Amino acid sequence: MTSLSATIQGVFNEANCVENANKSAAARKKGCTKQLQPGGAAGGCAFDGAKIALQPFTDVAHLVHGPIACEGNSWDNRGSASSGSDLWRRSFTTDMQEIDVVFGGEKRLYKAIREIIRKYDPSAIFVYQTCVPAMIGDDIDAVCKIATAKCGRPIIPVNAPGFVGSKNLGSKLAGEALLRYVIGTQEPDYTTPYDINLIGEYNLSGEFWQVKPLLDELGIRVLSCISGDGRYGDVACSHRARAAMMVCSKSLINVASKMKERYGIPFFEGSFYGIQDSSESLREIARMLIERGAPAELMERTELTVAREEAKARAAIEFFKPRFAGKKVLLVTGGVKSWSVVAALQEAGLEIVGTSVKKSTMKDKERIQKLMGHDAHMIEDLTPREMYTMLKEAKADIMLSGGKSQFVALKTATPWLDINQERCHAYMGYLGIVKLIEEIDKALYNPIWDQLRKPAPWDDADVSWKAKSLAQVDVATVDIDPNLGRVEKDRCAKSAFRCQNLDLGVTKESVVALGSTTVDDIAQHTEAPDVCGASERAIADMTAAQPTSTQQAAE
Amino acid sequence: MAIVTSSNKACSSNPLKMSQPIGGSFAFLGLRGAMPLLHGSQGCTSFGLTLFVRHFKEAVPLQTTAMSEVATVLGGYENVEQAILNIYNRTKPEIIGINSTGVTETKGDDVEAFIRLIRQKHPQLEKLPLVYVSTPDFKDAFQDGWEKTVARVIEVLVDPVDAAAPRDLSRVNVLPGCHLTPGDLDELRTIFEDFGLRPSFLPDIAGSLDGHIPDEFTPTTIGGIGVDEIATMGQAAWTIAIGAQMRRAAEAMQARTGVPFRLFERLCGLVPSDVFIASVSEISGKPVPPKYRRERGQLADAMLDAHFHIGGRKLAIGAEPDLLFDISSMLYEMGAQLTAAVTTTASPVLERVRIGEVIIGDLEDLEELAKTRECDLLISHSHGRQAAARLNIPFYRAGFPMFDRLGAGHQLTVGYRGTRELIFDLANLIITDREDNRQPTPDTWRITDNGLHVVPPRPN
Repeated sequence: MTSLSATIQGVFNEANCVENANKSAAARKKGCTKQLQPGGAAGGCAFDGAKIALQPFTDVAHLVHGPIACEGNSWDNRGSASSGSDLWRRSFTTDMQEIDVVFGGEKRLYKAIREIIRKYDPSAIFVYQTCVPAMIGDDIDAVCKIATAKCGRPIIPVNAPGFVGSKNLGSKLAGEALLRYVIGTQEPDYTTPYDINLIGEYNLSGEFWQVKPLLDELGIRVLSCISGDGRYGDVACSHRARAAMMVCSKSLINVASKMKERYGIPFFEGSFYGIQDSSESLREIARMLIERGAPAELMERTELTVAREEAKARAAIEFFKPRFAGKKVLLVTGGVKSWSVVAALQEAGLEIVGTSVKKSTMKDKERIQKLMGHDAHMIEDLTPREMYTMLKEAKADIMLSGGKSQFVALKTATPWLDINQERCHAYMGYLGIVKLIEEIDKALYNPIWDQLRKPAPWDDADVSWKAKSLAQVDVATVDIDPNLGRVEKDRCAKSAFRCQNLDLGVTKESVVALGSTTVDDIAQHTEAPDVCGASERAIADMTAAQPTSTQQAAE
Repeated sequence: MAIVTSSNKACSSNPLKMSQPIGGSFAFLGLRGAMPLLHGSQGCTSFGLTLFVRHFKEAVPLQTTAMSEVATVLGGYENVEQAILNIYNRTKPEIIGINSTGVTETKGDDVEAFIRLIRQKHPQLEKLPLVYVSTPDFKDAFQDGWEKTVARVIEVLVDPVDAAAPRDLSRVNVLPGCHLTPGDLDELRTIFEDFGLRPSFLPDIAGSLDGHIPDEFTPTTIGGIGVDEIATMGQAAWTIAIGAQMRRAAEAMQARTGVPFRLFERLCGLVPSDVFIASVSEISGKPVPPKYRRERGQLADAMLDAHFHIGGRKLAIGAEPDLLFDISSMLYEMGAQLTAAVTTTASPVLERVRIGEVIIGDLEDLEELAKTRECDLLISHSHGRQAAARLNIPFYRAGFPMFDRLGAGHQLTVGYRGTRELIFDLANLIITDREDNRQPTPDTWRITDNGLHVVPPRPN
């Protein structure tokens, strides 16, 4: 039985982390995430991170033990895609009440587990701990252990209450739960020399399906994906894979490295964003599988596929090059995406004026430098105000970032594209990068930008509206000068309301003398059978202009 | 008369309810230059923030005291102090609005005392308004957080006035419930102004979350009612409260300043709009402008055109009490049959909902009822989309959050014009559904041995 704090320390001691290797023992103990600053913090909590990492498992019920905020405010907010069950999109929470806080929520949690099994019969339940029950001492490990025994199916505690740290730490703690309770608990029906695991791939917008056909073509089987479009049974037997690819570089490194340690599954960090990365990743998968006993001809087939797909993608991108000449991009995103997207954008002829490296590792930064040269403009941390100024001064033609800074860009009337988890387009593999380029082109050349950057007519300082108005009057006056007197009289006599039935003069009289304030009154007094809308407005104006006389008349 | 029952499940599934603290922050978002602050762990803020951003498609200021495990156990004084100082130094707010969360309430942090200590220690904060409201997650719902926060803002920020002093007859205070959108507030503003009144909206989310583009970057709210204007609300002749949830705030205003209030539980529908417009006319002493006479006629016409489609519909609705009461009553008055109603928290209006039973529960309850009672129109916030898809019935999004459609901030339901728009939207939804999904086939009316299926008429 290990305590939560011991687990956290274990996570901080991650041996395969390059940064960790360079730290002193004391620094390592402090962990890899920045201390959170009250009043200046952004980003999710550990529970958020745990949920991100595990929720894409589709045939599992995700039960959040806590008050309504943790689940009620956050459910159904991610765009992972499932090819099977939709159970993962349903939301389950114990919605703890005051009485549970006083008397403890364990019984309620147990009952909730029974209810879910009775109604939805899931293959497993993940139970997430949150701050309030952690604080009052609800022992979810114990409840899950009893429930597993009584219900005859795995009930997995995910012990990552929000206040233990950042999202990143929460993802790692979720990984620990998988390592401890799930991975290696079942055996696959059969194995092949081409079985791999994907770790940290969440199938956002179904983007992994842009890559999967290539793996299918090569005969490579994804034994388990942690966790995009994942199934509980697949993860449980993921220990039989021959090799693993870690897709999102920081969040689940502990899973990859412990699986290497325990089951001898080698892994590499890779990405499917961008042409070059996609090719490298496919080659690396092939190389690792061959090393572990797959026939060497796999590499030849991989090279053929890579060459074919690269040629297709390059041909597609070529079309955009002239349109992107001289266009500048500001890239604000984390980690692995910075360098993999940089390469792809450069290939399309875009100039990168800055890329954020807030969440990037040293290795990520080295790669960026390699790609962009020594004058690489790496931004450690960009405040919204700095971002706003940069865009307002048109230092970039388009910004690519996550949803949170979206409105900073849009409000400066700068094209913007979402490349983080809430986005609705899939950008993976060769297909995906072409899609990204298409989207950038659509954003850059949308006709709205020119319209939005034009000032409103009244904001044009050079125009004097009074002068304009007088000029108009002058023109009119010149035309009708000889008959000026008659025209004025005509204007009064004519039904000035464009309503045939009312005479302006009579109406004015009615308003002033009798205090008529409503259309009905006036219609009655002037004996007009019908009054149109324009008249109503004019009368309203007139009434407003005659306050004293109407009041007097009324009295 | 409806009986109000609570679902007795241990597991809430597909929650309808949002938490109380973010309802409180939402109220602070309607104040100008405000920075709402949640006293809790980072996630409390980050989830709320994401929710607001997805709903309004706007940048939303919302901060956290970033409580760690250790800080939570030892008490959050330092975190509150640091958060206030950081916000004060970085964003120069006109007000910081603090709501507690479940985790700091479990510990029992005395934030009012913290604030007093912080003010003593940092004299530069002397003039900065700091309003604290206790809003634990494990009690009540979104609407309650809003209600408590508005009442507290009045208690703290409105200057007391001499009851004998003359009042400004052209000024009205408007206390809108959280079920009104920025679009609704703008509509109400126009109505008051057309009667020559100057309204002060508290909170005024139309000023901050209507989507307008500010001239320069502002890290706090970009509009809303100013602290200075709130201070003078005691000089108004009347307070207009909208939604039963605002009774507490209206009473607080009356207790503090003697300003009498009128409470309008509903603003959607012909009769409620008549009552409202007549009342505004009475308060202002001005006749109803022709514009509203025409709008009334347009609404009457819309009701005539739409009753063919809405009449007889079996409605399943999940919403917070005031929204539920308002929309379901309007549809009842259009001939719809209210068949399933689920809400989030207790309220005096619930027993007047035109149905036998209102359940305080979740969207799973609503889905099950809608299924067994064969409802053919579902209304709830965006989270109802999964249920509607499974039930294969038309789905209208109303309430917060509405994250999967655009224009949430401008959805209009108040007054003659708002009711007219809502009626057209719903009728069109029903027509579309009939065209797409309910076309008859030669088999639709095949003779069977069963008796003829009769939909029982609505009990009156």
